[in-house]
Amino acid sequence: MPDKSTQDDWTKPAAVAIPKGGFFPDKVEQGRYGPIFPKTPACYGFSIIAKIIPGREENFYEYGRNLAEGVTGTPDLLASLKLHYLRWNLFEIKGDTYFQYMGIFDTDFDKYTEDAVAIFAATGRTTVFENLEGFPKDWKTNAGAFIKFMRDHQCPSFMEYGEYPYVSADEIKKALKLKAAFSNMLDQMQ
Amino acid sequence: MLELDDIQHFLMARPHAMVARYEFLSFKDPAAGRAWLSGIIEKVGVAGAVRAASETESRWVTVAFTFNGLRALGLDEASLATFPDEFRQGMVARAEVLGDTGANHPGNWIDQTASPQLHAIVILFARDIAERERCKQEHKQFVMQCGGVEVLSSLDLAATPPLDYAHDHFGYRDRLSLPAIEGLAGDEPTPGSGHALKPGEFFLGYPDENGPPNELPKPEILSRNGSFVAYRRLEEHVGAFRDFLRQHGETPEEQELIAAKLMGRWRSGAPLVLAPEKDDPALGADRQRNNNFDYGKMDPHGYAAPLGSHIRRMNPRDTAANMNRRRMIRRGGTYGPALPEGAPDDGVERGIASFVGCASLIRQFEFAQNVWINDKNFHELGNERDPIIGNQDGTLEFKIPKRPIRKKITGLPSFTTVRGGAYFFLPSLKALRWLAALGKSN
Repeated sequence: MPDKSTQDDWTKPAAVAIPKGGFFPDKVEQGRYGPIFPKTPACYGFSIIAKIIPGREENFYEYGRNLAEGVTGTPDLLASLKLHYLRWNLFEIKGDTYFQYMGIFDTDFDKYTEDAVAIFAATGRTTVFENLEGFPKDWKTNAGAFIKFMRDHQCPSFMEYGEYPYVSADEIKKALKLKAAFSNMLDQMQ
Repeated sequence: MLELDDIQHFLMARPHAMVARYEFLSFKDPAAGRAWLSGIIEKVGVAGAVRAASETESRWVTVAFTFNGLRALGLDEASLATFPDEFRQGMVARAEVLGDTGANHPGNWIDQTASPQLHAIVILFARDIAERERCKQEHKQFVMQCGGVEVLSSLDLAATPPLDYAHDHFGYRDRLSLPAIEGLAGDEPTPGSGHALKPGEFFLGYPDENGPPNELPKPEILSRNGSFVAYRRLEEHVGAFRDFLRQHGETPEEQELIAAKLMGRWRSGAPLVLAPEKDDPALGADRQRNNNFDYGKMDPHGYAAPLGSHIRRMNPRDTAANMNRRRMIRRGGTYGPALPEGAPDDGVERGIASFVGCASLIRQFEFAQNVWINDKNFHELGNERDPIIGNQDGTLEFKIPKRPIRKKITGLPSFTTVRGGAYFFLPSLKALRWLAALGKSN
């Protein structure tokens, strides 16, 4: 894994190959709920893949619309998760439908797992995870069971790449604000 | 409602004690442990009686057990298995999660709290030193009578002078930001502290901020009205702290400001958000005012209280999600002799030995240690940890926002070192009696 000095250099695109299993054996950091998947040039992230309960596809589309409405109404709804991007897919393998949930964020998921559960509970009139096979029924009150499900269905990367490595979403937002402020300043100087 | 005659007083009411003694015990066999417990139960104070604060009330003893201690008393494996994983593993096994590495590593702890033989703690509170000595002797006699009970280590605590308000060896006023508990008469939240919290955040068996209680250890008689408690013995390096202030402040006023920036409050307790330029001791002492502020609106960039200052990490107020699920009740006090102002460090250990009480160690105490205190990237700070109690190895920094250009202190020294620690379960009175009777009828 790159050391701290290269992590600070956002000008140099970086890639990292990750051993099978998702961890660098000599650098496994322990989180509250188990070992933490390492930070890479593409920040922290997960790829959760799980089979859906047959016949429940429409629930996913409905939840997508619900969450989109939620974020429109309350733009900072997901703020505590420190996200860059989320991508959700449904796809088929041999007639079974699978759900893929990929997220890129700036904090290891364990850190804010109870917050994540609370957000899902607050935003989910129902939560989409309830439509996945094996998802714990007591997830709202049992953060440990929730994260175990996430870990059991995490499909670790074997390679991750960042065009501007390790830069957090907050840093990007600050840079854009600075750019806007300079544009405004230049306008005022005319 | 809250069963004040069953809940131990420890997290709910402070006795009028100026001194205390902690004794860390090991039981050689279950019968000895239960004999000790049976004998001491009548001295254990419940919340109701201690709150009533009668002048003659002196049942101020507190008793709590480690996971190994519950097993050593003879609790069956089926019941032991219902306790949460982090408690079962114990503080030593959670060292990396807690940031107890390097100098803070349990291998360096000095009071045998890292030993798997640690089974119980008994806390003796007393009005004065003479009374404490009497209690100490009485307990010593009693332990000898029990046979098979060993005192692994002990620690004497006393308030540090000046005695008119609680503060640590660095001089910071303490006990400023404590959560209020819903339904506890007289425990009204101070302005700016948010609403009183559901008792289940701290006491098992009650609704918490998320709803009805769930996943409690079994049987109910054992868990109800109990709490989990994390013990931390933190040595304070007073000499190094004062050297640091002198190094970064030319005048006494500048030194006070540096001390305030590390904490987020002046040593008087006055919050920097409300008193950014100059200390205001009257504000520091005024409970109606000294918590009446936020960060998001009043100090978003940390020009008053730096983003990485101790109080911004320990209670981020409006700048963190689900704050009410992360609150804790702090107890404890100072140990070791005060180091007079101007005196060189004498090498004697002094510090604070404190307890964090909560309903879930992993959600409350461990979260604070892992995310607020020791996350280098808290608030996007990049290379900082809590300047007072974070794991500092001399490679980290502390940034003080300031117009036009911030001040960055590099190579921050460590002002504290963890010297001991353990996870305890603090049972109710009924649970203590039930545990003492194990092996008889149940």
